[in-house]
Amino acid sequence: MRRSFAPWANPDAKPLIRFENVTKRFGDSTAVDHLSLNIFEGEFFCLLGPSGCGKTTLMRMLAGFETPTEGTITLGDQNLAGVPPYRRPVNMMFQSYALFPHMSVEKNIAFGLKQDGMPKDQIADRVGEMLRLVQLEKLARRYPSQLSGGQRQRVALARALAKKPKVLLLDEPLGALDKKLREETQFELMDIQHDLHMTFVVVTHDQEEAMTMADRIAVMDHGRIVQVATPGEIYEQPKTRFIAEFVGDVNIIEGHVQGQENGLWRVKTSSAEVPLTIDDPDEVLHSGQAVAIAVRPEKMVIQRDPPGQGAINVLTGEVWDIGYLGDWTVYRVKLATGEILRVTRANASRFVQSPIEWDEQVYVTFAPDAAVILAE
Amino acid sequence: MMERTLMRRLTAGLVPAVPYLWLGVLFLVPFLIVLKISLSDPAVAQPPYKPVFEWSDIAGFFGALDFENFILLVEDDLYFRATLSSVRIAAVSTLLLLLVGFPIAYGMARAPERYRALLVAAIILPFWTSFLIRIYAWVAILKPEGLLTQVLMAVGLISEPLDILNTETAVYIGIVYAYLPFMVLPLYATLEKMDDTLLEAALDLGSTPWRSFWTITVPLAMPGIIAGSLLCFIPAVGEFVIPDLLGGSETLMIGRQLWSEFFSNRDWPLASAVAILLLIILVVPIVIYRDVEARRVEARP
Repeated sequence: MRRSFAPWANPDAKPLIRFENVTKRFGDSTAVDHLSLNIFEGEFFCLLGPSGCGKTTLMRMLAGFETPTEGTITLGDQNLAGVPPYRRPVNMMFQSYALFPHMSVEKNIAFGLKQDGMPKDQIADRVGEMLRLVQLEKLARRYPSQLSGGQRQRVALARALAKKPKVLLLDEPLGALDKKLREETQFELMDIQHDLHMTFVVVTHDQEEAMTMADRIAVMDHGRIVQVATPGEIYEQPKTRFIAEFVGDVNIIEGHVQGQENGLWRVKTSSAEVPLTIDDPDEVLHSGQAVAIAVRPEKMVIQRDPPGQGAINVLTGEVWDIGYLGDWTVYRVKLATGEILRVTRANASRFVQSPIEWDEQVYVTFAPDAAVILAE
Repeated sequence: MMERTLMRRLTAGLVPAVPYLWLGVLFLVPFLIVLKISLSDPAVAQPPYKPVFEWSDIAGFFGALDFENFILLVEDDLYFRATLSSVRIAAVSTLLLLLVGFPIAYGMARAPERYRALLVAAIILPFWTSFLIRIYAWVAILKPEGLLTQVLMAVGLISEPLDILNTETAVYIGIVYAYLPFMVLPLYATLEKMDDTLLEAALDLGSTPWRSFWTITVPLAMPGIIAGSLLCFIPAVGEFVIPDLLGGSETLMIGRQLWSEFFSNRDWPLASAVAILLLIILVVPIVIYRDVEARRVEARP
């Protein structure tokens, strides 16, 4: 059910949220730069980028706290220009949670419903429903100062969900939680979003968070969107070097295109004696063009024995560092050129006969389709 | 080692003792003296009351003390009216101070951070001039041929000279002017600490700016509102200079009554009784405040 959800691939689908050529300037600096973006109903959409990339400004414009300098934002059929935050069918979960310290948990959750003039018994029902959803029934009468960080996060979520907004905005929703809680909460958020059929827009700088939760990710840099795609596409087919480096770990090998043979690109680099062979048919390149080859660490193979005759994409070097992470081991291999490659290997068995040691001479290889060519 | 712990225990005991010592010497002892005088009888003597304390006749001394002055305070409705009028004037002034002070404090808290220290300094600036001179300046402003009349007549807003001086209105103007920093500073302190995202959250949840002000800003500013109101109300009840200079003879206030008993009538015991009465009146709001605070803290530790 979830797998087939891809309205962005359907040209007839009507987006719920549309940013059209939106620019936001603060004085001299441009936070968002001629940005266009469609978000569809029921999507779990992540805005990902380093701090200062404009993702928070984009979200605040959707909530109504900032007005675009240029461009329009539409929600459904409504142009949001001039609509104040308190009239938008959009609710936000703040990074700091922004719980009202002088109100109990249930009063916090009821706050938005009261503004709508909902009858008291209905408010009580809805608050009860929300408390059950975030499993805080027992803490209804507590004050925010009496709650743990994780509990506050849940109250903030319940308060933002209570009005059943068309779109829920979440600003770094898990940023203040510790690692273990963060992972649990990620899946909970996904379940809640799925059960309520709501559109979630999440702002985060944490790529792991975005990869886990999102249907689609928009990677932002300097006020622009660099790539909008599913987590898989972002990771396996990054459009630019920035994305390759920002999302996950990557080894970058620089070189020049030598030509194309049997649909495979040959790239001359100083790191290997023989030109590297890369299977990335979508790229349009010309001979002599400077390119960067991006290979994820887990797609490289490290071995002690020399690969057989005719093996392709062989790099030689010595083991510089070994990091044992339990599930993975990270090898840092120093090539003759001084470049350091990062290679990971899953620790599939508990005991290895003669493991690779520090300072050992090793061979690193990768398959042609393990790499992506990024035009410089 | 032993010496050091002893020293530490001594200092640890001494530090909290300092404020108590201060209060004991400079408040409790004088209070007991005033209390004693209020129970004495006036006399044409030096000091102008009797009995005077003497070690040789302690029983006779205590026997001579009585509640005569307090009974007079209750019987003569002048004191009752003066007290009531003082409380009323102080209450109205406090309300006016809140109305004037809140927007000022709010504006200061909302000002760009680099201007805030300057604004606080500006609020305190009037203290650099003598209080008495500033109140006299209001006489010059408010008198019928004064500055205010001149300006308003020049602008054409009024045709007759204003007759504000020596009325209660002038007293309100004086109190609001003189006490404004005491209202603004505590309000500013609480408003400045307030997290702006709380207001954004309220707006986001559908509350208009006006409602958000009443449901979020005001409740969160309550400690500042209470502190500022008490800081203004308490001294305003006993205020003497402002009603004396601006209020004319018609304005009845307990502070003036105290002054005239003391200096005009030279009736120290009665004046002391008035002082005790004033103290009791002022203790009540403080106790209420502390009680409210204690309950608030209990409700959410």
